[in-house]
Amino acid sequence: MSLTVGVLSIQGDVQENILSAKSAIDELGIDGKVIDVKTPEDISQLDGLIIPGGESTTIGQLSLVNGSLKVIKEKIAGGMPVLGICAGMIMLSNTANDRVVGKTDQPLLGILDIKLERNSFGRQRESFESDISLDSLNIPKFNGVFIRAPSVSDVGPDVEILSKFNNRIIAVKKGNVIGTAFHPELTRDTSLHKYFINLVNTSKN
Amino acid sequence: MLPLSGERQDAKGIIYDKMNSIDTLRGSSTVKRGFAHMLKNGVVMDVTNVEQALIAEEAGAVSVMVLDKLPSEVRKAGGVARTASIRIIEEIMDSVTIPVMAKCRIGHVNEALVLQETDVDMIDESEVLTPADELRHIWKWDFTTPVVNGARSLAEALRRIEEGASMIRTKGEPGTGNVAEAIKHIKKVNDELRTIKAIYDSGDNQDLVRMAREFKVSYDIVEQTAKLGRLPVVNFAAGGIATPADAAYLMSLGCDGIFVGSGIFNSDDAKERARAIVLATTFWNESDKVKEAQKMIDERQSMLGLDVNTLELRMQDRGGSA
Repeated sequence: MSLTVGVLSIQGDVQENILSAKSAIDELGIDGKVIDVKTPEDISQLDGLIIPGGESTTIGQLSLVNGSLKVIKEKIAGGMPVLGICAGMIMLSNTANDRVVGKTDQPLLGILDIKLERNSFGRQRESFESDISLDSLNIPKFNGVFIRAPSVSDVGPDVEILSKFNNRIIAVKKGNVIGTAFHPELTRDTSLHKYFINLVNTSKN
Repeated sequence: MLPLSGERQDAKGIIYDKMNSIDTLRGSSTVKRGFAHMLKNGVVMDVTNVEQALIAEEAGAVSVMVLDKLPSEVRKAGGVARTASIRIIEEIMDSVTIPVMAKCRIGHVNEALVLQETDVDMIDESEVLTPADELRHIWKWDFTTPVVNGARSLAEALRRIEEGASMIRTKGEPGTGNVAEAIKHIKKVNDELRTIKAIYDSGDNQDLVRMAREFKVSYDIVEQTAKLGRLPVVNFAAGGIATPADAAYLMSLGCDGIFVGSGIFNSDDAKERARAIVLATTFWNESDKVKEAQKMIDERQSMLGLDVNTLELRMQDRGGSA
């Protein structure tokens, strides 16, 4: 059956994720489409969702306003695979602290039992690229692009750690929920998006 | 995937470093332009103090821009407008979790260096401040911190990108509460993009060279931009935006996001207006939501605004010929 993968288009780098997910679908030869989604109605029809990079406070507040936050939560609870990138991973978490400002009072999905530190590597001048690996996903080398990136400071018992960088957790997985601190959509490497599309495909068929 | 035209591997702003013996790369085009990509579909708000910055964050702004005075106040005050107090910028950086930007004068390399040392997330080389060098903008490839520039035309935008700008904002006329110039300039950029795309599609390379000469930029960047059919970096609208409908209209013209200067904190309903402009930017293509946003503000509270034709000071012209 044909897949429908959505990219949450409230705010952030939506188009970049649509391009990466489309390339992934083409390379895998899977029958499917990638669309931008904003409304609860659009989200309820999805087989998989990508929450892109952006500002988590903005994405959180605005997806609360139009009711999409609630639908996303229900869909994920129902088993829909989701990939949260940077701000998207912050959205998936149940607690976010800022490195400088401290505890933040922002709307989150609370799906992943992880503690997050926002802006963990510093401000924009400290943003960086570096090689990372996601061995358990069979991706031995990946160009990690970290932009004012968060890191995971603590994980619950059933959360799998996919990758660490400099002793900090930068990618996690629990069932069909994946979170990354780095931006695969800002590289030409589609392997992580392909892994996600395969997950959506397995979950649907 | 990022369109990466004109990456300069030898740029001084690129830093090859190690984090506990792991190789890292900072200040690359991917990292600098990538930052701008994270702001897309968002609103950047001009603020002058912590209180306004907190209102902006609460309203859902993706970033705040710190100034000493709002553009409309700069216009009234006259004199020389310089970069904001570092102490205020730092106070704001310690108070909000969203990125913090600050403006430096056009061509003022050392004001920009001071802002980079302050660790602001993006530097705006801005015509709102008094230019330090009318002929030369900053060579932005020397900076690890990304820089945004204003532009009134595709030629200006591409000249700034060749100097290393990581983001463009199409200029309006700052501090007027009048959106007309912002609309004029984004339409001009769009027109020119359509023109070079058509030339590219026709395969007429000689005509692309002609355009490059007219724009005073390299053939390469014209070819790459023509192929993309859009600017190779994120492009926001700026200047004179005062209402939710203003923001929604500019989004509909293909802008990636919005800068709001005086429009919010010069109104008498700043909190509601900040929120309303964010809502209208996010849901610009849903007219019922834009109407709801517009309803949140009171036109009697809007900043009075100025007719652009009667202005003594046209900030948009600053640095424009360079």
